[in-house]
Amino acid sequence: MAKEFRRGKMVPVPSHSIVPERDVNRLPVLECQHLGIDFGGLTAVDEFNLTIGRTEIAGLIGPNGAGKTTVFNLLTKVYQPTRGTILLNGKDTHSMTTSQVNQNGIARTFQNIRLFSNLTVEENVKVGLHNQIRYPMWDGLLRLPRFWKQEKLAHESALELLSIFGMQDLASHEAGSLPYGAQRRLEIVRALATNPSLLLLDEPAAGMNPSETADLMENIVRIRDTFQIAVMLIEHDMNLVMNICEGICVLNFGRIIAKGTPEDIQANPAVIEAYLGKQKEA
Amino acid sequence: MNRLKKTTVVDFATYIGVTIAFLLVLGCQKGGLLTNAMNSWLVPICCFIVMSVSLNLVVGISGELSLGHCGFMCVGAFTGIIAGMSLSDVIPVDSVRLLLAILVGAFFAAITGVLVGVPVLRLRGDYLAIVTLAFGQIIKDLINCLLVGYDSKGLHIIFNIGKKTVNDLHLEAGGVAIIKGAQGAVGIRKLASFPAGYLLVMVSLIVVLNLVRSRAGRAIMAIRDNRIAAESVGLSVTKYKLMAFVTSAALAGAAGALYGLNYGSLVSSRFDFNTSILVLVYVVLGGLGNIWGSIIATIVLYVLPEALRQFDAYRMLVYAIVLILVMLATNNEHLKEMLGRILPGRKEADSDG
Ligand SMILES: Nc1ncnc2c1ncn2[C@@H]1O[C@H](COP(=O)(O)OP(=O)(O)O)[C@@H](O)[C@H]1O
Ligand SMILES: [Mg+2]
Repeated sequence: MAKEFRRGKMVPVPSHSIVPERDVNRLPVLECQHLGIDFGGLTAVDEFNLTIGRTEIAGLIGPNGAGKTTVFNLLTKVYQPTRGTILLNGKDTHSMTTSQVNQNGIARTFQNIRLFSNLTVEENVKVGLHNQIRYPMWDGLLRLPRFWKQEKLAHESALELLSIFGMQDLASHEAGSLPYGAQRRLEIVRALATNPSLLLLDEPAAGMNPSETADLMENIVRIRDTFQIAVMLIEHDMNLVMNICEGICVLNFGRIIAKGTPEDIQANPAVIEAYLGKQKEA
Repeated sequence: MNRLKKTTVVDFATYIGVTIAFLLVLGCQKGGLLTNAMNSWLVPICCFIVMSVSLNLVVGISGELSLGHCGFMCVGAFTGIIAGMSLSDVIPVDSVRLLLAILVGAFFAAITGVLVGVPVLRLRGDYLAIVTLAFGQIIKDLINCLLVGYDSKGLHIIFNIGKKTVNDLHLEAGGVAIIKGAQGAVGIRKLASFPAGYLLVMVSLIVVLNLVRSRAGRAIMAIRDNRIAAESVGLSVTKYKLMAFVTSAALAGAAGALYGLNYGSLVSSRFDFNTSILVLVYVVLGGLGNIWGSIIATIVLYVLPEALRQFDAYRMLVYAIVLILVMLATNNEHLKEMLGRILPGRKEADSDG
């Protein structure tokens, strides 16, 4: 199947996934096949197969230590997979670096926030715009007209992106000094600035209060609608996951134990046993 | 755009401040207010300001530790001296030759920077400190083995591993030996001047500040703050670390050329580990990433030991005490707060939202 995708074929139906109706006859944004990684003797992820449609919101859930963050690290090539293939917009990412994967369409946020904490909010977004609004080093050193033109453009784009979360007024604050929730939102804005086709969110609602989470939920859907991109999120807040995800993938001990729509997942005995049941107890 | 305008204003204030200081000192010099000793400090101070400002680009802005910054100064000094002396027939105008020597020094230091930086900066971790430390030592010894002279046929260069002497250069009658192995460079014609030093300081300030405020500078600082996040937004870490490192090396080379052409003779041991550490002390005490701080720390810490010469035996003791006091003062919360109010800084967000 991998070969077919490299030639740019459409999603085969049925695929071993749950791509939404509207994306079925389009090239999937992401296709993982037999993906796996070992750390020494430990198999952290194994036989990870997943297809994500062009405008799908997908969820990745599972208990702590299941390997969810590791999947994101594999997709973004922070770790090189031990086995398997990742096709990003039909292109094999085998020989790509983290930076090249981003240039080919994956942007992400981090479970442990990773902002450029000594830079301002606006500068953080401008770093995200690095490959979108460019000019050579010399234009900057000599402050040639192109420097001013492109910097103006970067400034306007940064503010526009910040306005997604109504954060324009925070533009000149130092990123490290922001409250926790705002830091998480800034990470999303920075990721969006790189013009991705797939946005990976690692526990975006962690540490947020219920009203912030509700806002976030709305915004994730709005981001998908306006940018027409796919979103994959790791989240423990079941309310959020069940409400906005169209396809959900449940991971336990590095293996997918269930895949399906929110209704399928909620009714799946294996999932209740491994994850949802425990959640309710806790 | 507001922020860019604001930083532009701050940068111009820096340029104007440095220019005013230069004009004041120049006035004193012309008015005969400076002693001979003080006069002799002026060019070296300019050179070391360039050194600390450029090292700040690596240590403060790029977040890599370099322990051999003077190695680049050394490369710049000796290549600059060779250029400055060997071209004296071709380009008789001193100031033009000085400019050319500085460019040659910067060029060769930049090349050396690439050679040192490319293998090291691809690695993760603090390898740069170790490698630059070794580089600083090695370059000094390499230059000790160098025999260089020129005559009407051009430059003669031998690398002396055995027992070769200047005679082995086989210079024609009228040829001049520039570098005589362990004796270093001799018979240098002094081309450097205080105004040239001022101009070099200005150029390096403009280069460093404009770089920091540009797209490339943001990338360099982003990589410093969080390497993985920087990669995840599509930055090439090696490229930007190298850009900071090589720019810094080039500026150090330029400073070296000016420094070398300020003395009648020069030995490579001037650029030893201690000098590199001294420049690092200027940078750290002035504040990492703080360009103004580097300038002031350099001037104070250069002048202080010189001025303390009258205390002779107690000189280094007093110097050490002053260093400790400065450290205490710069780490004082109240003082920081006070400075924070005076200097244009960034707002702190305390409210939610
Ligand atoms: N770099 C690494 N080296 C060794 N083990 C790792 C590494 N990264 C993750 N792991 C292991 O992989 C497993 C999955 O971790 P992780 O993906 O962070 O879980 P989750 O995000 O689902 O909570 C854990 O057992 C963790 O210890
Ligand atoms: Mg995790």
